[in-house]
This record gives sequence, structure tokens and C-alpha cells, in this order.
Amino acid sequence: MKILVTAKRVVDYNVKVRVQADNKGVELANVKMSINPFCEIAVEEAVRLKEQGIASDIVVLSIGSKTCQETLRTALALGADRAIQVETDDGIDSLIVAKCIVAIAKEEEPDLIIMGKQAIDSDNNQTGQMVAALLDIPQATFASKITIEKGEAHVIREIDGGLQTLGVTLPAVVTTDLRLNEPRFIKLPNIMKAKKKPLEVKTAEELGVSVVSNINIVSVTPPEERQGGVKVASVAELVEKLKNEAKVIA
Amino acid sequence: MSILVIAEHDNTTLKAATLNTLEAATQIGGDIDLLVAGSNCQNVAEMAAKVSGVNKVLLANNSVYEHQLAESVSKLVIDIAANYSHVLAPATTTGKNMLPRVAALLDVAQLSDVVAVKSDDTFVRPIYAGNAIATVISTDSVKVMTIRATGFDPVSADGGSAEIIVLDQVIESEKSRFIGEELAVSDRPELTSASIIVSGGRGMGSGDNFKLLDSLADKLGAAVGASRAAVDAGYVPNDLQVGQTGKTVAPDLYIAVGISGAIQHLAGMKSSKVIVAINKDEEAPIFQVADYGLVADLFDVVPELEKSL
Repeated sequence: MKILVTAKRVVDYNVKVRVQADNKGVELANVKMSINPFCEIAVEEAVRLKEQGIASDIVVLSIGSKTCQETLRTALALGADRAIQVETDDGIDSLIVAKCIVAIAKEEEPDLIIMGKQAIDSDNNQTGQMVAALLDIPQATFASKITIEKGEAHVIREIDGGLQTLGVTLPAVVTTDLRLNEPRFIKLPNIMKAKKKPLEVKTAEELGVSVVSNINIVSVTPPEERQGGVKVASVAELVEKLKNEAKVIA
Repeated sequence: MSILVIAEHDNTTLKAATLNTLEAATQIGGDIDLLVAGSNCQNVAEMAAKVSGVNKVLLANNSVYEHQLAESVSKLVIDIAANYSHVLAPATTTGKNMLPRVAALLDVAQLSDVVAVKSDDTFVRPIYAGNAIATVISTDSVKVMTIRATGFDPVSADGGSAEIIVLDQVIESEKSRFIGEELAVSDRPELTSASIIVSGGRGMGSGDNFKLLDSLADKLGAAVGASRAAVDAGYVPNDLQVGQTGKTVAPDLYIAVGISGAIQHLAGMKSSKVIVAINKDEEAPIFQVADYGLVADLFDVVPELEKSL
């Protein structure tokens, strides 16, 4: 079985992002960048399926500028077999990214596409669903467990109120939630090996994908700062404040 | 302009998030139709018809829509979407799962988690877990958006008298099947629509200790939530998680108990009107956003708080 897995390069989740002074975006200069955590979980899951003898070939794909090759090398060090970068500007919208992934999926014909449920920069939570729709294949989003049985993926999904299990016929798209797995720590020899694994570069133009977007960012501003309040000394004082000052309990 | 809103429901009742999404539609302006796709969901359609401001209720009532699988519902929406300038769904796991398929099939972008409407083409949405707020203009012919319930007050659930129009499209999800689900059963209000939330973190120490919060919540008529740390530690199930990757809430009163206040947690609750923090570590970051902070051992003060209410 062949798996296509996607990886986005984003601001590291430990970095406190700052809005640019001109309100055109967030500060990206000299900021630590990493593989999107949900994508890392996707790569880990693909590698585990290979270790279980279910998958034989893992192709990792990233869409963006040349710097995302670093992210692809991380995925190769985690255990993916080969990488493809589709060269575009950074920050293009989900639909365009989805079209690039679809173009690669049509060339590679994977049995399973595993993607992060969302990137922690744009927080869109769209691309996997769009890829599935454009390929007219089923999807199982927000996965916390994946098992492959007789040409079908059984996926436990994290939904509002609990868990849902779906059976989707392969090929299908699965998007990862946090508790699907804990990605392994990358060992140094694997970083060295990853440098020798194949990495192919294509352009959106070669794939016939237009990168014109209909979404324009007018401004990016910091959120309203919440001011800390007061410390109370006792439960009695707390209850008094909630009743008489904040008036949120009767 | 005309707007299609996709109703959130469980085949029995119309869920509150639908009412917040309808408020967003009202702010955009135009005729608003509400799609109810489900199975044995006549009751939902009747509830929907009474909601204030709804022009027509479109009812697709067929067993193929029982679990609202994204593959079939998205195609149903596409079938009727041509008549609309905007297609909106609540940013619940159902809406987030299904709506991007609609956008892709319409060949338009989607705006996720919209929290404010500036005009019929300009919207506000948080990015970077709410650490930045983006204002965006969409020039797409159809604007497809998920609406974050906490950004909008609900419209009134009654006062309307919309006509119910029955849709006869039957679109199956041939390659996706429902196997089962485990839903938490609770008499408490839903997290995302509760007016009071009592939330626990790693400081609770065990799942058993959450009973302290259950009991306080019952006294207050509140929902119970948790931080990611408490969920990862296995104290409570994941659907209680408040934060960047869990639920976003904005109740009138949020009581954070034994929660340190990691940035990912704050992203999910800092729009609450009043925040109370109870933590024995006075340096905990949660105190920087709390209106009222109580530095104390939660095992002493939570029972005391319950008694004094």
C-alpha cells in the first residue's frame, strides 16, 4: 500500500507570535519554524503503518517556497521514503494547496492520504476535506485511531460530544487529531540518512494549478488584551464579588 | 442576496450553534434559508421553522442523511447552492468536516471560524490560535464560511413561521459508512453554549477528583470542561477539552480550577465575560487573564465554594 502524507512548515508551536507593526501579517523574520504538529502526527502514523507491514511506500509532500524542503527532510528523517516539494509562494490559501495535492495524488495514485487536520498558523481545517472532495473519495477527519481492514480504513474520529467510528473505502483521506499518536524523537543517523533520500521539486505551473486567490487579507491585528483583575482572599469574598460586582451568579 | 445556513442537529433537536450562525447570517443581510439534512428529523424542521428570521426551511429527510456524512451532505448542498450568495455552517466538528467539501466543489475558498461580519464580503477570523486577528475580503461568487458560535449572540428560537420545503434528492455516501459512536451522556448544558463553565486542569490530580467539579457544576447549572493537560493525563474524555485544539467557549462565567493557563488553553476561553482562577501557584499565568484570582488549594476551596452558593 502506498501512502501520500503532507507536511506544512509553520511557526514553531512554542513561539509567541507577534503581529507586524504595519498590520500586514505576523512577524516571521528570525522566528523558529517547524513541521506543523498535526502533519508530524500524520507522518508518524504513515511510518507506523509501514512498520506494521501495511504500507510499503511513503511519499511526503509539501507545498511552499524552497524553505519547506527542511520540513520535508524532517519527515524523511521520521521515516518517509521520498519527498516532493511543489514550489509556490508561502501563505497561499487552502483551495490552491488542495489542488496541488490533488495533482500530485493523480500522478502518485496513493491508497491512503494522511494529512494534519489543520495547520497551526492559518487554523483553517479545510485542506484534507477539499482534497477528498476534488478527488471524489471519502474522508475521515479528526482521527484518533486508524486500522486498515480489507481495503477499508476504520477510523475513530474525535467529534463534539464523543467519538465516532467510520469505515471509508480506500483510497481515502484521513486527517489527524492530537491523540492519534506521539511522534518519535528523531535520531541523528536518521537525519543523515534523510539527506540522501530523493526529493523532487515541481512547480504549481507544471501541475497546471493557478495560484490566483480570491481571498485578500485586509489587516492582521493583535487580539484585545485582557487585563488581569484582582486577587481575592477567601471563598466568601469571591462569592460576594461574583454576586454583587460581576453579577454573574444569583 | 440570499444565504443558506446548514442546521446543526441530532435528528431530534436543533442545536444552539445554529442560532448563533443565523445571527451571523442576519448581519450579512438578505433572505435566510435553513437546511435540515437528516433522518426522521421532522421535529427539527418544525423547530427550525419557528426560529426568528428564517425565510424557508429546506428539509432533506432520508435515511441516507442519518449520520450527516460529509460525502453525501456536501453534494446535497451543491445541488441547491447555486441560488445563494453565502453558505454558512456552525464551526462544529460536523460543520468543519462537511463544509470544505462544499467550497472545493464550488471552486471557491472557505473562511473558517468567522467571529465577526464587517460587510457582505468582509469578515474577521482568528489565526495562530487567536494570537492574531485577520480581517479578510472574499471576492468569490459564493462565500462559504464556518461561524464560531462564541462570536455571535443567538437569534431567538421562536417568533418565526417559515415554510418547510421538502427536498427529494437522495444522495448516498457509497464509500463511507457509519460504524458506531460513543457519545457522552450528560444532563449538564453543552460546553459551547453553557453560560457557566467549571473547568479543571492537571492540578485536579485524578479523574476521580473531577467529581468535585461535577458537584459544583450541578449546583451552578454549569458545564464541565478541562484543559488539554487534564485530557492527556486521562482524567476526562477529549470532548471536554477547551483550547486551541479543543472547543472555544465564551460563557458569562468561566471558573478555572487547577489550570496553569497555557497559551493553548487561553486561546479557547479568554473571550469569557468573567474569569475566575483557583490555583495554589500564585505565579500561574491564568491569573494574568482572571478577573478574580484565588490563591488556594482547590481541594479546600472548591467544596467550600459549593457550600456557600
